Amino acid sequence: MSANRIYVYKAFGRFWHWTQAILILFLALTGFEVHGSYQFLGYRQAVLYHSTAAVALLALIAFAIFWHFTTGEWRQYLPTRQMLRAQVDYYLIGIFHDAPHPTKKTPLSKLNPLQKLVYLALKIMAIPVMVLSGLFYMFFRYPQSNGIGTLNLGHLERIALVHTAGAFFLVSFVIAHVYLITTGRTPVSNLKAMITGYEDLEDEHEEVAVAAAIEEHA
Amino acid sequence: MALVAGAIFAVLLVGSLKRQTGRSDQVQDLKRAYARKHVPSVDHKKFAVLQKKFASAHDVTPVCISCHTERHKEVMASTHWNWSREVYLPGRGIRTIGKKNLLNNFCIGVSSNLQGCSKCHAGYEYVDNGFDFTDARNVDCLVCHDNSGTYTKTTAGMPSPNVDLNFVSQRVGLPQRANCGTCHFFGGGGNNVKHGDLEQALMSTSRDVDVHMGTDGSDLDCVACHTGKNHKMLGKMYSVSSMNRDRSTCEQCHGATPHADSLLNEHTVKLACQTCHIPVYAKVNETKMAWDWSTAGKLRDGKPYEVEDADGNPTYASIKGNFIWRKNVRPEYIFFNGTADHYLVGDTVQTGVPVRMNTLHGSYDDPNSKIIPVKIHRAKQIYDPINKILIQPKLSGGKKGDGAFWQDFDWNTSAAAGMKSVGLPYSGQYAFIDTVMYWPVNHMVATKEKTVACVECHAKHNSRLAGLDGFYMPGRDRNSAIEWLGSLALLGALAGALLHAAARIVMSWRRRAA
Repeated sequence: MSANRIYVYKAFGRFWHWTQAILILFLALTGFEVHGSYQFLGYRQAVLYHSTAAVALLALIAFAIFWHFTTGEWRQYLPTRQMLRAQVDYYLIGIFHDAPHPTKKTPLSKLNPLQKLVYLALKIMAIPVMVLSGLFYMFFRYPQSNGIGTLNLGHLERIALVHTAGAFFLVSFVIAHVYLITTGRTPVSNLKAMITGYEDLEDEHEEVAVAAAIEEHA
Repeated sequence: MALVAGAIFAVLLVGSLKRQTGRSDQVQDLKRAYARKHVPSVDHKKFAVLQKKFASAHDVTPVCISCHTERHKEVMASTHWNWSREVYLPGRGIRTIGKKNLLNNFCIGVSSNLQGCSKCHAGYEYVDNGFDFTDARNVDCLVCHDNSGTYTKTTAGMPSPNVDLNFVSQRVGLPQRANCGTCHFFGGGGNNVKHGDLEQALMSTSRDVDVHMGTDGSDLDCVACHTGKNHKMLGKMYSVSSMNRDRSTCEQCHGATPHADSLLNEHTVKLACQTCHIPVYAKVNETKMAWDWSTAGKLRDGKPYEVEDADGNPTYASIKGNFIWRKNVRPEYIFFNGTADHYLVGDTVQTGVPVRMNTLHGSYDDPNSKIIPVKIHRAKQIYDPINKILIQPKLSGGKKGDGAFWQDFDWNTSAAAGMKSVGLPYSGQYAFIDTVMYWPVNHMVATKEKTVACVECHAKHNSRLAGLDGFYMPGRDRNSAIEWLGSLALLGALAGALLHAAARIVMSWRRRAA
């Protein structure tokens, strides 16, 4: 089995990924302190940092959306049922028997079918829910008879509960995600690729994979 | 790449820190303005009318009026004089209420006890319901305006016999702390009994006790905030007040949003300034937290006695019953919109729940309500279980056998005499019932370093606002289902990853072994 060093992750993609990773972890750290789960940075600092990091994440998301559409990278996330079952079977059975990855990674199709599905759900469900509930949280104003009254939502409770549930989900995702990156060709090959951009991809069946990717996009 | 991200992030964080430092020039301006001390434009020692010997206190007042020709009318329109005011009480209509006819949680009520209580009336000889509130000669100017510090009042509101009225009248001026404090610090029969945040330590204190009154700081007198126009003083206590008007507020100097930090300013929508800025009250001397009248009347060798605790506070007095005293008390918190109702004499009481001597209205959903700190004083008071009304007892005054409890120690005759004075029936039976009274805490404002920290309220356990409901507060509140499912998801992801990893390692060993 020979391997080629292929440039899989472009510079902005990596910047976006790692900045988002840091921001989400930091938001979780400060957010759960605001939630009262522990005391670490101090409540006031946690609130200030959380709000600041949230604005930073919003800016990053804006750039990322622009990037995804202008480069066509958004196509990476088009879901497919092709090989989905095989991918699930791989994680449940094949991986324990050193079976080959059912799908091959290429620059045009860097995500496996399960990743496509999960990341798409993240992009169109989890992140928007967190962003919207976060914005409502940020711009919530307590009901008053005069004065500011930006969003007189009355109660913070529903907003806060949605935001909290989303946070639990996102952190759970991060845990699973961090584990699953060890399932590449070697335990650290995925991590290295996301840092350097280059990954040693197996070249056998490459044409097949490329053909599959092209077919998908068509 | 991560470094770049980290750098950008660091810049953003520093940016957020800058939000906290800001202008404090408003406070500096206030300090400058209030540093100017009042200089009297008149020296009363130079007035000939004040040199002539006064036969009685009643003779002083007309001399005051001879120059200050209309001032007595202002005083006679004030609550310091009338001990009542006309108010609108929702559900009750317009009533004239005040110290004169309300009951409280301490010595209960003035009716039938005026001989002693009128020591704190801004007038002379208010001893019974026959007092002439229209006679200007009864106005006591000196009690509020004496600057000599030698004027003291005694029974029936008359000056002590040893007061030199000429000396005092030549040394009058703006009310000083002692003028206000002699009554407002000692209400309820002793220092700091009632309020908890108003006591004799404030006569001369440090910024640490009260940031405004500290002589090492702004050194403000009571009237700096409790300004008066035409003898109508700003500020009121909801033990006797009912309507949201004529209040003395922090905002009158500091404005509604005085913080440099917008996050803190937003808190002012739902929190009164006092809530964060008065972390504890009764900082110097103990205040009375509970009063059990039901144990009063025990005698030793036929004589009343007192038991004191280590601090010198009575824990038992034959004339009053048992007390609980506390120092450095953390306030309780309620929503308050500035309006209050009161137990009015004759109101029916319900057994099983404490009778509210005053009810402070407010809730989260009321846009006029803010969270305020309160001292809640709990007591057991005498009531009539047949008529189901609180009893106004006669406590003091008169001769032995007139029914005054403090002389005769007989609740029956005390109740009969007291109820007669308010014109209500007494069944001949008495019992004791739990009562509560709410005292908003407004003084003993802490230095900014000692304000309540965020996490003292925004906390899962032991939050200062634990008792308030109807709203969601970050840090304090959570939905148990979400917490449970969320924790399950976190642990599930972690356990799943660990189990999966373990299985991979084991299988890889097996393969290698095979």
